[in-house]
Amino acid sequence: MNPRVQSAAILKNNLQSLLFVLPAVLIFCIFYIYPFLNMIFLSFHEWWGIGPMHFIGLQNYTEIMSDGLWWDAIIHAGYITLIALTFQNALAFALALACDRDIRMGQFYRVVFFIPPVLSEVVVGLMGNWILNPGLQEGQHIGLLNHFLSISGFPHLVHNWLGDPSTALTTIAVVHSWKGFGWGFIMLLVGLQTIDKQLYEAARVDGAGAWKIFTNITLPMMLPVILVVMVLTILGSMQVFILILSMVNQGLVNHTDVPVTGILTSMIGHGRFGYACAQAVIFGMILVGVAFIMKKLSDKVKQA
Amino acid sequence: MQRLKILCCCLVVVLFAGCSQHSQSGNTILLWHWMTDSHDTLVKLAEEYQKESGVQVTVRLFAPSDAYSRMIIASAQANVLPDIFGILSVKSIVADFIKAGLVADLTDEMKANGASWANSLFDKALADKRFEAGNIYGIKPGIYGVPINMTNQQMLYNKKLLAKAGISSPAVTFDGFIKDTQALRRVGITPFVSGWGELWLINCFASNYAFNIMGEKKVFATFRGEVKYTDPDWIKVFTIFASLRDKGVFIDGIVTKGNKYAEQDFALERVAFAFNGSWSVNVYRDMNPSLEYGVMLPPAFSKAHSLKIWGGAGASLLVHAGSPNKDKAIAFLKWLTARQQQVSLSRETNTLPSNKEAMPPVLAFVDPVLGEFFKGMEHTTHPTIWPLNEDPLVMEVFDRGIQAIIIGEKTPAQAARDVQRVKDRQMAKGNK
Repeated sequence: MNPRVQSAAILKNNLQSLLFVLPAVLIFCIFYIYPFLNMIFLSFHEWWGIGPMHFIGLQNYTEIMSDGLWWDAIIHAGYITLIALTFQNALAFALALACDRDIRMGQFYRVVFFIPPVLSEVVVGLMGNWILNPGLQEGQHIGLLNHFLSISGFPHLVHNWLGDPSTALTTIAVVHSWKGFGWGFIMLLVGLQTIDKQLYEAARVDGAGAWKIFTNITLPMMLPVILVVMVLTILGSMQVFILILSMVNQGLVNHTDVPVTGILTSMIGHGRFGYACAQAVIFGMILVGVAFIMKKLSDKVKQA
Repeated sequence: MQRLKILCCCLVVVLFAGCSQHSQSGNTILLWHWMTDSHDTLVKLAEEYQKESGVQVTVRLFAPSDAYSRMIIASAQANVLPDIFGILSVKSIVADFIKAGLVADLTDEMKANGASWANSLFDKALADKRFEAGNIYGIKPGIYGVPINMTNQQMLYNKKLLAKAGISSPAVTFDGFIKDTQALRRVGITPFVSGWGELWLINCFASNYAFNIMGEKKVFATFRGEVKYTDPDWIKVFTIFASLRDKGVFIDGIVTKGNKYAEQDFALERVAFAFNGSWSVNVYRDMNPSLEYGVMLPPAFSKAHSLKIWGGAGASLLVHAGSPNKDKAIAFLKWLTARQQQVSLSRETNTLPSNKEAMPPVLAFVDPVLGEFFKGMEHTTHPTIWPLNEDPLVMEVFDRGIQAIIIGEKTPAQAARDVQRVKDRQMAKGNK
């Protein structure tokens, strides 16, 4: 074939291929790359959303460094994440282990445990509000939890769970964990089902007890899945905000602030779009950092 | 190669189809609003208007209001605002819209024919989007919005629960109010609820008392930085919340309560007093049609100055200055705020009209409680009509300081110091 014709054919082929991926690339650039770059650009400006922008260099970033409420919000998100990592994932793992065995109505439990993550965060928040309502009507507790505590002999435990700074964040974290454990449950259950059952049988033949089987077979085999679940839990929990808005509205003073509510307040409440973008950049960097550490950890585990 | 060309053309068409500006045909105007409860009525009125004038008005609802707010700002940035829209943000943002040439100046229209349009509307409602001469935003004095209804925020009381506590009519003084709440507590009734998980409602209540204790001049002087929040009068404002807390006036969890839950508490007769807006008449009617309640001004704390409540225009609509249908949009708003349409709007939505002539017929058929709300209009003021507003950051620390007082975390003096610290910082920043 004539080399010119051949190269034209190759070019045509390449162009056709490019055209097929172009819509996806364009959509990605328009909806991800451009907003991302624009956010970084805006973070160096003071801007109220309308009107002229003023370039202020790193001023937003230096202000964030001394913004105690922002760092408190990061700590609050870290606390929620910690509870999710421990309580939520332990619950998910325990239930996955239970459902991995031949139990009656196993399918039913799988469906039931997967209901909370399917529910919208707003719905879960509203349900949480109803259950935790601290009010009274004609001497009776309106909230289901306080009502249950008062009639079951624990009236001293009746509490304003969301209105007390010492319990509000933990209560939110527990509700968040309840909503989120289903994802971990499903992933861990799938992971458990991929473990060769012959390994368990061999261990039993060798006289290993349940604990030894768990620590020497289940846990090592499940580590990659556990790490994935942990990464997703961290990323999901650090970014929690809808649940908080629907449970405590604009927050209990600043005790329930998390980074995303902080960004929203800066943008919508204070009209400081540039500052909100700088907060988002910092928060994004923290999340990328955490994800990077988890990736390194995961690689090390795989090598081991 | 032919297929390749066709594919390229399709791609270009698809890409650019979504990037065009909102363009309405010459006889169609587009209205964006956030008022869920008024949507059907607005659509109905738009249909009527089309029959009368031949101009089609497309009414689009975007709710909730904070999402609407975000969308309006985003649309302004992209220059795709509709012909008629509302701005729910603070006055400085409205000023930014005007400066950006996005809002039409309606002054000439309002003043035409002996100012017949302006005179037909309540001045307090019209003031919502009016900029006075010498305003701090540097906006040309004039009227930039059309109010389509009116609202105000007052206190409501449950007649049955008050009677249970032996109270025939609620007290008008703060001390008397505290006594009433103690009587209610004695018979096991929670005295007061409001949706103070929404900070603006705290701000509204607190500013009522700031005006009452120190008068508007001193309030505005504080905003200008001439008076400190640690001033004894401001401490008095903060102390009101501490007193109410100490006397057990508040419902448990008031600082995280959304207004819809507060409305539920009042409608279901769990609480004797509520602080809410005139829109709540509809909410209470839907939740508990047999609820017997009345409206009162918040009990005055001081005799030094008159107590002011927030109120004025419930919703104001603005015309996009760059719209090719600007005149048609103005004509529609003129029609919408005329007596007959205002009566229809009030009848369907149970709201107070912005048209003066519409008020007497409306008061004859609306819920009597709404009539009581109307009586409070003479005491109204609103941040949108103040000559200047407090910095949003300072306002937030102020509101959160009150939350902290209510939950017993801070004293009034501590809260005042925190607010002043942020105020000083913002003032220093502004002076740079």
